[in-house]
Amino acid sequence: MIVRELELDLDAFEGPFDLLLTLVLKDELDLVELDVAAIVLAFLERLFERDELDLDACGEFLVLISALLELKARGLFPEEAAELAELEPEQAAEELARRLAEYRRMKEAAGWLRERLEVEGDRYFRIGPAPLAPKVEPTLAPHDPARLAAALRLMAVPPPEVSLAHMALRFPPVVQFLERFRSVLKRRSRFDFDQEVGELSRIEQAVAFLALLELRREGEISIEQAAPFAPIRISRSDVEREDSWTLRSA
Amino acid sequence: MDAPLRLIASNPLDQLAKTVEALLVVASAPLTAQDLAEAAADDPERVEAALGLVGERYREGRSGIVLEHVAGGWAFRASREAAEACARLIEKPAQRNLSQAALETLAIVAYLGPCTRPDVTRIRGVAADSAVASLLERGLISEAGRDEEAGGAIRYRTTPLFERVFGLESLSELPRLDDLGAGVDEIRDRLHAVAEKRTA
Repeated sequence: MIVRELELDLDAFEGPFDLLLTLVLKDELDLVELDVAAIVLAFLERLFERDELDLDACGEFLVLISALLELKARGLFPEEAAELAELEPEQAAEELARRLAEYRRMKEAAGWLRERLEVEGDRYFRIGPAPLAPKVEPTLAPHDPARLAAALRLMAVPPPEVSLAHMALRFPPVVQFLERFRSVLKRRSRFDFDQEVGELSRIEQAVAFLALLELRREGEISIEQAAPFAPIRISRSDVEREDSWTLRSA
Repeated sequence: MDAPLRLIASNPLDQLAKTVEALLVVASAPLTAQDLAEAAADDPERVEAALGLVGERYREGRSGIVLEHVAGGWAFRASREAAEACARLIEKPAQRNLSQAALETLAIVAYLGPCTRPDVTRIRGVAADSAVASLLERGLISEAGRDEEAGGAIRYRTTPLFERVFGLESLSELPRLDDLGAGVDEIRDRLHAVAEKRTA
């Protein structure tokens, strides 16, 4: 089995593996769009088909796929790659030395702690939660009772009553709209709900909609709406079109 | 001052010293002079003086109980002479079998704390999750808020128990970081020598 000739059928690429590698190296294929896992799956499928473990092929595949993964990882984190690439050997040595020094100090500090533990190992003491009594809050300075009473009286005044006048909603009777719609339907076989009630107040529109539902329940009309929030079209039941979607057919 | 110092009845601090002694006996964590002063309802300076008397009475070699200044406060502990007997009586779960990884993590938290798990990982070069979990369980470190800059990672710091277990009056008793890391310069020189060869 020759890995380079492995036929791939991916979303981003179709063809042999070595062509894929060539395209990637020439920057003609964006690795970000490439599903590396799919390549691995394709290889595994081929491997199982042959029913024998081809170690050479596996090794080659591992090398190639890991190189591909590394390229892809670098591509996904471009800034970091640039940062590392920009380091001169001198700087790299300094950075490495700095990190090593930092770790070495902490390692020695750990050694110091270990020695300390051995020296202090024969100190025994009581450990446990500290059920300390809650701290006493400092008492307030004495106050003049008359002033306190005055302050309380100020707060004891009942607040002015809130007017609820605006809360009383006036609902026009549903019947009014039933009659209105019926008379409209006598003149026209169909109409647009929004156009018919567009000039009314919100409450009136709501009641008009109730009237609509009432008419629909009585079977006098059918209602159509192509999509949510689309215009609602009303038609007399006797002129209902068969090809349109209606509440009745639903 | 080799003569045995008695808490003479005429000493005005006698009563306060007894109170301090009693408070230290019932406390399970070190108490600061301020804590003691508040509990005894007395003046902090007089409490300090009384602590001097108590310390004189309870010192190593003189009593089975020893007064020590530890973790920023005052506490009684067993005398070192009694350590073996104590070991037969009680466990020391906080410091038993501390791994190298845990000790290094502890050192990093002690010096750099409050610091996050990624900070520890960066310095040690390996994940610190289990070491941090173990130290938390032992009560040697505790959570100390979150690092808002590093994506809200939890920060840790050492606890008073850490200072007590290691017999430290405070974290400032740790050796200075600058005094640690002998041989660091040698490593740096060697690395630079390698770098020069590569540039050449």
